[in-house]
Amino acid sequence: MSGQILVFALGYSQLVLALAICLVGLRILRGPRAQDRVMALDALYIAVMLLFLVTGMRLGSLFFFEAAMVIAAVGFVSSVALAKFLFRGEVIE
Amino acid sequence: MTDFASVPLWLALLVAFFVMLGATLTLIGALGFVRLVRFYDRLHAPTLGTSWGTCGVIIASMLLASHFQNRVILHEILIGLAVMCTVPVTLMLLGRAALHRDRSEGRTDMPPVLRACRDDRAREVEAEDVDQPSEEAGAKGDTDPADDYTPGDDYTAPEETPGEEGEETRDRPSA
Repeated sequence: MSGQILVFALGYSQLVLALAICLVGLRILRGPRAQDRVMALDALYIAVMLLFLVTGMRLGSLFFFEAAMVIAAVGFVSSVALAKFLFRGEVIE
Repeated sequence: MTDFASVPLWLALLVAFFVMLGATLTLIGALGFVRLVRFYDRLHAPTLGTSWGTCGVIIASMLLASHFQNRVILHEILIGLAVMCTVPVTLMLLGRAALHRDRSEGRTDMPPVLRACRDDRAREVEAEDVDQPSEEAGAKGDTDPADDYTPGDDYTAPEETPGEEGEETRDRPSA
């Protein structure tokens, strides 16, 4: 019984997170201006990190947690660099 | 595939609740991100996924890992900390960059508050041009909330604290 509940909940979460990634990817493709695309990239890496965590729970593997940890720690660097670029036209001045 | 049958029912229900909550909130945030019209509205949508979306998945992961390892596992809090510290910085920078771009291009489809700030600032510059106040403008500049919002044409630097340098650059067009 508890096994069925967990398998259903984790499968549902994987599906929903994959759908969220698709929606954010749609915004990357469609986004009218550059800042929309940068923010979509930000939301994309958060959703991918959550998908990694859920997959790790489902497979009982620790590697997914480490990957999610790395994404959470350094993923924001690209977004900040791109935001700086939008601000000034250059990243390091 | 791990042995989920060994998980007690209450823990399974708790984990299922939290993981579904997190995933559903992330989906709602992504939906809002696609459907909202203006950039400044869209800026708020993904925070649903970064606040309780991340929180729910992390809590569920901690509960499940603690059951399987037979000890308390709190590693996932690190992920929560990283997300909590970095996402506001990114969104702040992005919002300011978008505002700067919109202003330097002369767009007007920003929220009314930001537009009002711009109008105040423009009116102030005009007033300074007319009667050329030297000390009044400097004294007003310390407490002026519109000072942070520099419009695109006389734009100097974003991180500048309103100090002596800021007043100098402010006074330059009127002097």
